[in-house]
Amino acid sequence: METKKWEPRIVAFLCNWCSYAGADLAGVSRYQYPPSLRIIRVPCSGRVSANMVLDALKSGADGVLVSGCHPGDCHYISGNMYARRRLALLKSLLEFIGIEPERFNVSWISASEGKQFAEVAREVTEKVRALGPARHLVKDF
Amino acid sequence: MAAPKGSVLVVGGGIAGVQAALDLANSGFYVHLVESTAAIGGRMAQLDKTFPTNDCSACILSPKLVECGRHLNINLLTLSDVESVEGEPGAFRVVVRQRPRYVDTEKCLACGTCAEKCPKKVPDDFNLGLGKRKAVYLRFPQAVPLKYAIDPEYCIYINKPGRCGMCAKVCPTGAINLEDTEKKHVLDVGAVILAPGFSAFDPSVLDYTGYGRFPNVVTSMDFERLLSPSGPTEGHLQRPSDKKEPKRIAWLQCIGSRDINRACHGYCSSVCCMYAIKQAVIAREHAGKDVSADIFYMDMRTHGKEFEAYYNRASDEGIAFHRARVHTVSPAADGDLVLRYADEQGRVREEEFDMVVLSVGLELDSRALDLAGRLGVALDADNFIATDTFRPVVTNRPGVYVCGAASEPKDIPQSVMEASAAALEAQRLLHGARWQETRTKEFPPERDVHAEPPRIGVFVCHCGINIAGVVDVKDVTEYAKGLPGVVIAQDNLFTCSQDTIDQMAKTIREHGLNRVVVASCTPRTHEPLFQETLREAGINKFLFEMANIRDQDSWVHQNQPEQATKKAKDLVRMAVAKVARKQPLPYNSVPVFKSALVVGAGVAGMSAALSLADQGFPVTLVERKDRLGGHAVKFYRTWQGAEVKPFLENLSRQVLSHENINVRFGVTVSDVEGSVGRFHTTLSDGSALDHGVAILAVGAESYKPGKGTFARDASSPWGRETFFHGARPDVYTLLELDQVFIKDPSSLSGANQAVFIHCVGSRIPERPYCSRVCCTHAIDQALKLKELNPDMDVIMLYRDIRTYGQREKLYQEARAKGILFVRYDLDHLPKVGEEGGGLVVQAHDPVLDMDVRFNPDFLVLASAVRPRDDVGGLAKLFKCALSEDNFMLEAHMKLRPVDFATDGVYLAGLCHYPKPMDEAIAQAQAAAARAATVLSRDEVPAESVTAEVDTRKCTGCGVCVRICPYHAVSPDPALRVAVVDTGLCKGCGACVAGCRSDAITLKNMGNEQILAAVDAAMEE
Ligand code: FES
Repeated sequence: METKKWEPRIVAFLCNWCSYAGADLAGVSRYQYPPSLRIIRVPCSGRVSANMVLDALKSGADGVLVSGCHPGDCHYISGNMYARRRLALLKSLLEFIGIEPERFNVSWISASEGKQFAEVAREVTEKVRALGPARHLVKDF
Repeated sequence: MAAPKGSVLVVGGGIAGVQAALDLANSGFYVHLVESTAAIGGRMAQLDKTFPTNDCSACILSPKLVECGRHLNINLLTLSDVESVEGEPGAFRVVVRQRPRYVDTEKCLACGTCAEKCPKKVPDDFNLGLGKRKAVYLRFPQAVPLKYAIDPEYCIYINKPGRCGMCAKVCPTGAINLEDTEKKHVLDVGAVILAPGFSAFDPSVLDYTGYGRFPNVVTSMDFERLLSPSGPTEGHLQRPSDKKEPKRIAWLQCIGSRDINRACHGYCSSVCCMYAIKQAVIAREHAGKDVSADIFYMDMRTHGKEFEAYYNRASDEGIAFHRARVHTVSPAADGDLVLRYADEQGRVREEEFDMVVLSVGLELDSRALDLAGRLGVALDADNFIATDTFRPVVTNRPGVYVCGAASEPKDIPQSVMEASAAALEAQRLLHGARWQETRTKEFPPERDVHAEPPRIGVFVCHCGINIAGVVDVKDVTEYAKGLPGVVIAQDNLFTCSQDTIDQMAKTIREHGLNRVVVASCTPRTHEPLFQETLREAGINKFLFEMANIRDQDSWVHQNQPEQATKKAKDLVRMAVAKVARKQPLPYNSVPVFKSALVVGAGVAGMSAALSLADQGFPVTLVERKDRLGGHAVKFYRTWQGAEVKPFLENLSRQVLSHENINVRFGVTVSDVEGSVGRFHTTLSDGSALDHGVAILAVGAESYKPGKGTFARDASSPWGRETFFHGARPDVYTLLELDQVFIKDPSSLSGANQAVFIHCVGSRIPERPYCSRVCCTHAIDQALKLKELNPDMDVIMLYRDIRTYGQREKLYQEARAKGILFVRYDLDHLPKVGEEGGGLVVQAHDPVLDMDVRFNPDFLVLASAVRPRDDVGGLAKLFKCALSEDNFMLEAHMKLRPVDFATDGVYLAGLCHYPKPMDEAIAQAQAAAARAATVLSRDEVPAESVTAEVDTRKCTGCGVCVRICPYHAVSPDPALRVAVVDTGLCKGCGACVAGCRSDAITLKNMGNEQILAAVDAAMEE
């Protein structure tokens, strides 16, 4: 049976080396999660700028997930360290401009954590689902 | 030897043969790959999933098969058999007979019309007779070559010329040639690699199993096909008699293994415990958790990397494990089956099941047996191809090597390692003829598409039923046709199959496409394949994008077909939006420093160093201690009975005197820069070196219960238990006892009793893995004690005896010699105490269900092999990963067992996982063979997706210079802007995200492309 409840749309920026591979592993292991994520592969979580996150919210995403390698494991040595700092700042900025911080999520998932990926996907989806559709930044609002 | 030939014959197109062929073809040799069936892939292609990662077997295998099939330097000869091999190493003359296919492979498009119309239904041998195919057939959906063949045994026309001939009438390309004849090929090669694989044991000779009499008794190979989506039931688990979904399934272990009386096979087949657990897990995934799965076994042998964790998970999930041997399978009502077995206490029990799976063992195929005879290659006592302890892939015939299950039952990673090791032996023999007989790939010139508007082709994959079973592929394809820039959209059963790929190149040319989207599986495995297709079609390979509608869609939304289809459309739309904004990029490359760094001078490190040095590559061998040999100096003999010392002395002498090896004692690696082709490494003494590749072989440590140099968990079963190790001289670890064997064996001959405790420090919560080597080592020592004093009582306290493969022989011998085996479990740990100055050991005998006490003269602890504490630091320097158990983590546990995910870095030996010496040597040779695929080239491809500065926007603030982890960005003092060294840039994009003025971007991964994908994601 298909569930007919509202499905939020979440843009997920996943680093190629860990989290994207983790998402693949979730598939290989057939861990099921809600069909809410639209995954965009980026080389590294360090590639993700505030601009990209804001743009996603502006285009109508109900939530954004950024996921990279565990701190210390970045394929590019320190990309996720930059990401961590940058995205923490962004989170407070979002709060400041009136966007629920729960819409924006950051996680660290390795290539071997398919199960964890599915869990994060579920958690983030449920969090965003609870908030309802995002309307604040949508252009036509 | 005169100038050797630069080509190699590989016999057998299973995973081992394919790997050996690829390693050789990628390191400067021409390969003739001879396969007796109509397609390569071997047994692995018949498997559904592989343990311990549950990867889909065909999915991970397929890219390798395709690479093999497309490789310019691999000549694939299917339906072929080797008739003779004459000559000597470096110059063999081989005669190959190729049976007629009756289908012209040049013309066949694999459209399947012939099979559709063929009136003759025959048992499908790929599905082990469980289903039917036609007399004209495709071996399996992802077959390479993807070409039909006619089975002459059944074809009506061939048996009665003049009749039928339907296929020839309907074939749209006239590919059928019913008059095809046998061909004879005479090949000149320098070396021969045998990879003929195995056959599954035929259990019909074992009456008690009921196989052949009761339809619901199947073999494990049958069961793989019943689970497989490309199998006779399309992956719906059904039992043969009535197509009912079985709810109670039993697995019987050791069918045709460890059974001298009935099956004539004394050895253990090594893989069956794991595959049975895997099948039980997967069966419950298919048919629901209410399926009961019961495994009847003697010893649970989960001795490989991550195997024990898999076993633990399976038993936590409710799979039932019974330590019992079933003596009869008899029929019950409705096709059900009754098993009669004795439990461990000897009580006879009966239980009813819907279906019984026989975990059949491995044996050498009869055709391989004949081949060995024709080639003069010797067999061992178990009828496998005989090899040498210290040269694990070398046969008795010089220049002829063997790999895979033909020399001993083994799993896929071990076969892959040996395949690379066999490639190494051939490289070593023939390195003088490198690149002499190879051809180089010429791509057509690339069309300049800069000025063209996007003309995008979208190819949507069914992946059999992997995608199409959930996502409405036709609907997605129709949808794609309407997207901006798309000129053509097609759906394909398997987009990665050779024929679809050829078709894709044609479509690109015919429709003047300048960009391509493939919606299928993950770019992580398949992007290179499709990108090459673009190049073949004259398009820059970066004008490509994949939509991952399998791993990240159909597989994770299996019960939501509508939503999954919607998501697939979104993903395709995103990919189209992104690819439309991509530009052609240059193909960068870096020159290769043709030298290697090997870290660790144990047996693995030394073997790896010699393997490369013998091919003419300079090697720096770094050893933290001041001597060679690592742990091996402490070993007395291998399980095959060969003394280690003379071997080690000889190996060390070769290493020290080799003109291409520079040994550096007393130093470690302190810093690493660069990447594949040009590493720059600094050692602890401040010296530095440039090298193209690195092999890490830093070994492991033995767990010493008495030395608490690491954290101990008091709550774990062993807790703070030290068994008086270190406190009493009569308590040894295995290696300490080996020292006595080496130095003063006679000191033990007076002893009356010895007790061994197995699994000390292994298979417990704080160290959950099995240390693989200790059972064999302990039993071999017990036998040595019996040699010293036949009257000595030797008692082994064990949990499971894991003398896998041919090591089982030692276990049999031990029991025959009266060595006593008493099992213990974690609820009844052996206790060791002191009594009157001596030792007292108390254990609980589960068979007698009572406590037993021993007063041994000495106690031996089969203690764990543990990873070195400092291994993480080294891994980090090379950007390599560790597994949960803190062993080094290879790129892929099944198919890339010696590669790290970091290109140009390889691993070997105990830092990967505990293993005996023969396996460590094979792995070291494999690492060297893989390294040679880099060192044999003048340059390797470098990153093309690099950062780029827009000098008009750059304010020269210097943030990117500080951020870049590779020092690839520097300030230009004159222009006051940042400049990128594309040779150093790795394309991580940290600078892009950090730039305040939007002045730096990543080619094809810029804001333009990414934001286009984001926006597309939100469109309806
Ligand atoms: S590569 Fe994964 S976070 Fe940098």
